Amino acid sequence: MIAVIDYGVGNLFSLVSSLRHIGQTVLVTGDPEELKKADRLILPGVGAFGDAAKKLRETGLGDALIEEAHRGKPVLGICLGMQLLMTKSFEFGEHEGLDLIPGEVRALSEVVDPALKIPHIGWNPLTLCRETALFKYVRNGDSVYFVHSYHGTRCEKDTLALTEYSAPVTAAIGRGNVAGCQFHPEKSGRVGLNILQAFAETEGALC
Amino acid sequence: MIAKRIIPCLDVRDGRVVKGVNFEGLRDVSSPVALGSYYSEAGADELVFYDITASAEGRRLFTDILREVASTIFIPLTVGGGINSLDDFDRVLKCGADKVSVNSGAIRDPGLIGEAARRYGSQCVVLSADVKRVNGEYHVFARGGREDTGMEAIQWIVRGVENGAGEIVLNSIDTDGVKRGFDLEMLKAVSERVNVPVIASGGAGCIEDFITLFKTLPRVDAGLAASIFHFGEVKISELKRALKAEGIPVRITEG
Repeated sequence: MIAVIDYGVGNLFSLVSSLRHIGQTVLVTGDPEELKKADRLILPGVGAFGDAAKKLRETGLGDALIEEAHRGKPVLGICLGMQLLMTKSFEFGEHEGLDLIPGEVRALSEVVDPALKIPHIGWNPLTLCRETALFKYVRNGDSVYFVHSYHGTRCEKDTLALTEYSAPVTAAIGRGNVAGCQFHPEKSGRVGLNILQAFAETEGALC
Repeated sequence: MIAKRIIPCLDVRDGRVVKGVNFEGLRDVSSPVALGSYYSEAGADELVFYDITASAEGRRLFTDILREVASTIFIPLTVGGGINSLDDFDRVLKCGADKVSVNSGAIRDPGLIGEAARRYGSQCVVLSADVKRVNGEYHVFARGGREDTGMEAIQWIVRGVENGAGEIVLNSIDTDGVKRGFDLEMLKAVSERVNVPVIASGGAGCIEDFITLFKTLPRVDAGLAASIFHFGEVKISELKRALKAEGIPVRITEG
């Protein structure tokens, strides 16, 4: 059973539909105790980092997630959920993340050509950095769907995939049983469903 | 490099997909759920789903079908038609829409775009404009292309972007259903003035029309069409291959 962590940030409809579509049992929950019962955890999220980090702290979901991750439970962060796995973010100030994967979340505008549109929205191909269980069904150059204005930096050692938006942009990070995708697998067609499938069936390390 | 998008559009009335030629003489095409999941698998980059149902009864039916479509497709979904308030945004977003398209609702209440952008983010708000030439000027039309508002279209669209619209669907009434190509002149005029994605709509009849669109107007981000896809006159996989061969960045999916 996969628990999708519900902390009032964003719409979970598509993510839950896509997990059910690949035959998974899904529990949508905002109760830290429930995270213990699940086999795997997904941290979704859209919106601002600071608000989301605060909600994770106040509800106790952040601590519960860290505890389960340290026990070796597979964890997948999506979009803002990926960013929250990192050490800190500089979105409107400076905010602490869950620090499961070292790195800093910074504005795309620091690296992207000013003539390009931000947010970075649309289908963009992945460049895989190494072989991983999470991306075992993904081919180098497969396109996935992005919607974001910030991205992970100072995480080179844990970067699983990059995309190009006039500059290299972090598309996925991971360390052991914890991984995160900046893009939306639930909106990335067959490629995205296959990533969720790999997450759901991997025993042990994701990357 | 972001891929240029190919977007089939599903106009839905009484639970069925219909397509008008110059907005009149609607013909029944197929089931929205079947067509939606077909396109999702066939390599469409996004779906647009328009509710052209008038009655409240029809709106409930649409919401049910929307939820069903959204739970079987795994690509971005834009929903429009009858969006007049933040409650309407809320209703369709909860049914699985990623973006909400406003047209007549924004004409009636010019504050709607700004309010929606503040609550849901600009990336969620699409301004759809039906535009037609009247005495040498571009005019915005309301109510599915039936009513000339008298408003100048370029100004209207620029103001919409300033207020928070994150994307523009430009539908040329002059070329809609004619199948002789997109309205390049109108699209150029709009895409030069805004810095958000512009989706071209109205007039595509064959693969070459899409090649011409993206080659002539590199600032246009996507091409939208309905009947040529529904009736199989243009197959999305063939269209993508042809665009790729011309050096236009597209997302290729393989079955």
